[in-house]
Amino acid sequence: MKSESRLEKILAAGHLAVTSECGPPRGCKPEDVVTKSKYLEGIVDAINVTDNQTAMVRMSSLAASVIIKQQGLNPLFQVTCRDRNRLAMQADIIGAYSLGIDTMLCLSGDHTKFGDHPQAANVHDIDSMQLLQMVKGMRDDGVFQGGAELKGAPKMFIGAAANPFADPFELRVMRLAKKIAAGADFIQTQCIFNVDKFEQWMEGVRAKGLHKKCYILAGVTPCKSLGAARYMSKRVPGMDVPKEVVDRMASVPKEKQAEEGVNICIETIERLKKVEGVAGFHIMAIEWEEIVEEICERAGLLPRPQV
Amino acid sequence: MEKFEPVIVAFCCHYCAYTAADMAGSQRLPYPTNVKVIQVPCSCKVDALHIVKAFEKGADGVYVAGCLEGDCHFKNGNEKAARRVEYVQKYLDEIGIESERLEMVMMSAGMGYRFAQVATEITEKIRKLGPSPIKTATAL
Amino acid sequence: MITAERKPLEELIEYIKPFKRILLLGCNECVTVCSAGGRKEVGLLASGLQMAMLKSGNNIEIRQHTLERQCDPEYVEELVPMINDADAVMSMACGCGVQEIAMRFKDKPVFPAVNTTFMGASERQGVWAERCQGCGNCLLGETGGICPIARCAKQLMNGPCGGSVTGKCEISDDVDCAWQLIWDRLKSLGLEERYMEITPAKDWRSGGGSGPRKIIREDLAE
Repeated sequence: MKSESRLEKILAAGHLAVTSECGPPRGCKPEDVVTKSKYLEGIVDAINVTDNQTAMVRMSSLAASVIIKQQGLNPLFQVTCRDRNRLAMQADIIGAYSLGIDTMLCLSGDHTKFGDHPQAANVHDIDSMQLLQMVKGMRDDGVFQGGAELKGAPKMFIGAAANPFADPFELRVMRLAKKIAAGADFIQTQCIFNVDKFEQWMEGVRAKGLHKKCYILAGVTPCKSLGAARYMSKRVPGMDVPKEVVDRMASVPKEKQAEEGVNICIETIERLKKVEGVAGFHIMAIEWEEIVEEICERAGLLPRPQV
Repeated sequence: MEKFEPVIVAFCCHYCAYTAADMAGSQRLPYPTNVKVIQVPCSCKVDALHIVKAFEKGADGVYVAGCLEGDCHFKNGNEKAARRVEYVQKYLDEIGIESERLEMVMMSAGMGYRFAQVATEITEKIRKLGPSPIKTATAL
Repeated sequence: MITAERKPLEELIEYIKPFKRILLLGCNECVTVCSAGGRKEVGLLASGLQMAMLKSGNNIEIRQHTLERQCDPEYVEELVPMINDADAVMSMACGCGVQEIAMRFKDKPVFPAVNTTFMGASERQGVWAERCQGCGNCLLGETGGICPIARCAKQLMNGPCGGSVTGKCEISDDVDCAWQLIWDRLKSLGLEERYMEITPAKDWRSGGGSGPRKIIREDLAE
């Protein structure tokens, strides 16, 4: 084992892991973090805590992760390369580990253009690949990125993101291989609506044996409404929501749409369970954390195994 | 204030508007003497600086007359001229000169009547606008 | 070349308001090529400023002059005979040129007339695009001749982010995804495997991270 991470233990034991996410509040409201994370208690193995998602200022992922940890839950600390240079990132990683956070996700970060501070500089001192290398170096070699020795290494279980739906498609398996080589222990994918395309990607992943080198958590999202489905299909770069999904959402009356979104999500999980190499699920119920329990229940993912 | 007679500079392409002006003359079609015609080999030969200088030197209105769309003797000089006129219009706004004082018009060599009509219409439009703010400021 | 764009006239007028005699300077190098501050643009700006000032009741005197290269002390020297006739200088050169004037004529106010924008190339007539950020340690040899530092919105050195769609960057359909371009090049060069090499974290000291940079060529330096 590389870490004390509960997520790692679940995966290493061969169980299908379940993670979900919790966006920190836009203000000093720790109680919001508590409320959101409580919905996920006993439901998931780790809770992703986003880092200024969509480039909007929020409570820091480190602080919110600590609050979640204080609830006795397992935060999955997200770190993007957009807002901090390598000094600040390493400082936060050491800080996080010192406060009991042992699982993290390394991301490039959404561009500031999409957020509420488009005036801000995009830092990108290092990229997500180099961030993975840096964390792995800190953990395994006990050195800072700059080469100096680190006293008390952060034993992080290191995650990365993968988007099988972005272009160029032929590069997407190679990019995963590169992330694994850089240090990724597990992967959380972009939301999967186009299962056929995901399967095609997984074929490439298996052909290279990458599913044996890291754990792949398939990302899913329940659509809350037809509007949400349309928005994701049209407005979110790198999201692939096929017409059939949008049509299916449109085929039911408005008050039934949320239910239909959940049905689609559960069917997707069922289909993904059959895909060789899928080690678990990352359920992204954005601002809809309370639905995760129902999804997990109906998808047969409960109770969570004890490890 | 004494009666205002606008000064209008018309940059006319040799292949169309300038010939149209000749045609208007030979057809005895009257047009205002306010319009001072400057012959150019193509409407796109008119530089932004020529237009701006015309205003600086006291023009109340300026127009660039080129060939009909697709008929430029040099392929697409008239389209370039039209884009340049738009660019200078924005600059005039920045300076504080109403951009309506500058126009791009298009006509063919045979349109003597249109030449006279355009000259008359633009003269009347500028007459309504009054003297250019630069001319007014210089007079003070 | 270094590209630039003229500042709004309003901003320039604020700068020169307190002065009567302005020396308006152009530069024959990059800003001429990108139509921002060459002889022609100097003429156009002089005329515009003159008229705008006149409108607000100020008669100013603008002398126009365009230097061969404003970022070079040798050429700046030619301003010596005319500098005393000016109360202030407005320069249409890039930031380097403006500073050269400030350094040479210590008691003369100097104002920039353009915003120096980026190092780029002409995509077609009238369109310029950023190509280089002067990071001081060129990696074009590894990336098929396309720069991810200057051309990827996230400066990613190891491949496209999840927002690359049909060759375009997530920030705008007008921006090509640098990594799509790099990948296409690597493929046509038969160098696909090169993508698998991890580019390590960059040493930004060469890119300005250790303060203002300087090049000294011992054989040429006097």
